[in-house]
Amino acid sequence: MSRAAPVAETRPVPRALESAVAREEGIALHLRGLCKSFGTARVLEDVDFSVRAGEIHALLGENGAGKSTLMNILGGIYAADSGGVEIAGRAVSINAPAQALSLGIGMVHQHFRLAGPFTARENVALAAGALPELRGRGRLEARLSEAMARTGLEVPLDRPVERLSVADRQRIEILKALSLGARILILDEPTAVLTDEEAGRLLALMRKLAEDGHAIVFITHKLREVIAAGDRVSVLRRGRMVLEGRPVAGIDAETLARAMMGEEAVARTDPGPAAPRREPGEVLLSAEALSVAADAGQGGVHAVSLSLSAGEIAGIAGVGGNGQQELAEALVGLRPMSAGRLVLKGRELSSAPVGARRDLGLRYIPSDRARFALALNAPLSHNIAAGEVRTGALGRALLSPGRLRALAARLIAAFDIAGATAGGARPVRLLSGGNAQKAVLARELDDAARLIIAHSPTRGLDVAACRHVHDRLLEAAGRGAAVLIISEDIEEIMALSDTIHVMSRGRLTSPQGPRPDRAAIGRLMLGHA
Amino acid sequence: MTLAFLTAWAGAVPGYMTPLLLASIGLILCERAGVLNLGIEGIMAGAAMAGAVAALAGLQPARALAAGTGAGLLVSVPFIIAVVVFRAPMIPAGLALVAIGLGASGALGRAAAHKNFAGLGNVGFPEALTGLPLVGRMLFAQDAVVYLALIVAGRASFVLFRTRAGLQLRAVGEDPATADASGVDVQLHQLAACIVGCALIGLAGAYLSVVGSRTWTEGMVAGRGWIALALVVFAQWSPLRAIAGAAVFASADALIPRLQTLGVDVPVYLLSMLPYVLTIGVLVLFAALGWHRQGEPGHLGRAYIRQDR
Ligand SMILES: Nc1ncnc2c1ncn2[C@@H]1O[C@H](COP(=O)(O)OP(=O)(O)OP(=O)(O)O)[C@@H](O)[C@H]1O
Ligand SMILES: [Mg+2]
Repeated sequence: MSRAAPVAETRPVPRALESAVAREEGIALHLRGLCKSFGTARVLEDVDFSVRAGEIHALLGENGAGKSTLMNILGGIYAADSGGVEIAGRAVSINAPAQALSLGIGMVHQHFRLAGPFTARENVALAAGALPELRGRGRLEARLSEAMARTGLEVPLDRPVERLSVADRQRIEILKALSLGARILILDEPTAVLTDEEAGRLLALMRKLAEDGHAIVFITHKLREVIAAGDRVSVLRRGRMVLEGRPVAGIDAETLARAMMGEEAVARTDPGPAAPRREPGEVLLSAEALSVAADAGQGGVHAVSLSLSAGEIAGIAGVGGNGQQELAEALVGLRPMSAGRLVLKGRELSSAPVGARRDLGLRYIPSDRARFALALNAPLSHNIAAGEVRTGALGRALLSPGRLRALAARLIAAFDIAGATAGGARPVRLLSGGNAQKAVLARELDDAARLIIAHSPTRGLDVAACRHVHDRLLEAAGRGAAVLIISEDIEEIMALSDTIHVMSRGRLTSPQGPRPDRAAIGRLMLGHA
Repeated sequence: MTLAFLTAWAGAVPGYMTPLLLASIGLILCERAGVLNLGIEGIMAGAAMAGAVAALAGLQPARALAAGTGAGLLVSVPFIIAVVVFRAPMIPAGLALVAIGLGASGALGRAAAHKNFAGLGNVGFPEALTGLPLVGRMLFAQDAVVYLALIVAGRASFVLFRTRAGLQLRAVGEDPATADASGVDVQLHQLAACIVGCALIGLAGAYLSVVGSRTWTEGMVAGRGWIALALVVFAQWSPLRAIAGAAVFASADALIPRLQTLGVDVPVYLLSMLPYVLTIGVLVLFAALGWHRQGEPGHLGRAYIRQDR
């Protein structure tokens, strides 16, 4: 992997591999020969998987490999077509989520399962209905406080969950599972939404729970986390278990990447010669003292000044929720500025509508693609065409279905979108995360793109898809576009950017020197500098 | 305006308010479980007709109300099955239910039209109470269903917001995927909510004929179902707030005949528009204030299928 990190930083506690193996008190969970298809698409093929009590078992796989599907089968949300599940040596059948809960399976889903307007307490009580032993008043309360004491997690219990941070919501999910007596804890990409520091704390907690005898399944795309925190690792590739339960000690990132992607793919994604970068050209975007008013739950942006030239990639690092979202939306025109000036290609655009900005070549890749970049139920071809359709190239009053299909076919090939049918007729919601993001790129990185704002463009993507996104952004800069990358991933910012800024509490600061190091950026992110 | 006028007006409000309140509570239960029931006008029409037919057949008023309630539930059965069991799209299914209810009541009730019957009398409070100025008639000269509706509002609110069953029901309407993953049976809760909800809507319809007009004429529901739909927004999906909302609308409703007797010279058609104009006005006001979404169940009107994504 090209972006290997210093492992020691995220490593929480000494690995307890020896003790876990020595205890060997048995297999907590065993899946045998699981198969699952959606319609004609085979998603899981004869999958075997077993997890021991007391271990952290990492599960790796590319986007769309079937990791979430496998775990949803365990959680009783999807039904397997064939195959068997054993819990603590006993064959069980899981037909509904309530059964999974009563078997001691706790899930922290990739997309949290918490009702937003409800409080943490209410969300836990909701799930407790499935367990007769928790129905009495006070019993649940006792379990909840016991779980909080045991884990040291503190969360506001009486505020609507939707007003809490992502990290808090995740803690609630963990507390919920533990209060319900989960012995097998499944975490589906839990670190994708966390900052480095939060992720480190989560890994430490996972270790502690494993030492208490829980069996932990840890899904992630970050190889360094597997190596830092896992006891054993399994790898799914296109629905098949290609590596099953190998001890992490004595395995390297290279081997894992190879298992995930297959030999040829690894060769393809090896970093080639760096793209020839043009000298920065004319200034395309300049923001002067741009401010955005704070509103409920959001801090706003304070006097941010920023300038971007053609061919330049600028990165904004920072812990999420420090004004990045507001800044991006203000630049794109989705949110009004309260003060300052915004000039795009020499034109004052401080209050111009989104359409006018797009016409000048502004493109946006939002962090929440499902909500703001894609119409999930619409076909891929329509999603891809949503930008081009403004130019009239697909027909004026009447759209030409032929041209629409041709455009879709061209972009599906160019951006290597897997899981799409030839004319792009399948709805976007059926694509995996990485391929959905490629669809967004296919639309936004057209030839007319001059200024690209990419917010967390690789969140939740696997190594190959990340690489693909990065290559496309570099390519766009090579063509003379200006690119602004906003990300919580310092590695990503450092790998791509010509200029680096840091956002903290709505303000933008720039580290001194041409190539600031990680530590300097980290200090600025936390606002001590 | 004289005190006598105000006393009489106030005394008439509960009679107009009760069907609106019962219908809104019924809707709130359905909608809190995520089921958008646009068929309410049809359910009320069927129930009003059946209640009148039962009363004309000589049933006691309480039994006639029960018969109307049952009929309301009966016409809702196809809707409930389509929407909850087969997850049919709710908007067309609801509109079809309106057509079914209006059509069936018109056809089956022809023989019962324009015939008067006894109806339900008032609860016997002493003269000293009913004779109080201003509030005496409003509070004490009412039939039993008026008081029942208030109790129902209190119970519904208690169940929705204070019990585990209510929490589960609200979760189903708010975020069925979460409810499902928490082991809550989505369909079962929707089914229960719809059965109780449609029964309450049926009772509201039966009240119109059995207690209100004491006769049945085609089209007598006259849009009250649609008003109840707006009332739910006004009440922000809370049964207790629905009491206040229903009272406001009922006051407008009760004013119309009184203004006419006062000799106010406004065309009767304009007067009878009042409740509907009020409805639109309130909805616009709420939207302008940004309140119209408060309390709205997050997954209202959309079917949930577990394996779908
Ligand atoms: N409900 C569904 N209906 C149809 N196809 C589905 C459904 N759920 C998943 N799929 C398909 O199954 C495949 C596996 O999806 P899954 O979500 O398990 O991948 P994943 O390994 O978790 O990927 P990611 O890393 O992006 O989360 C994908 O191709 C996806 O499109
Ligand atoms: Mg997944």
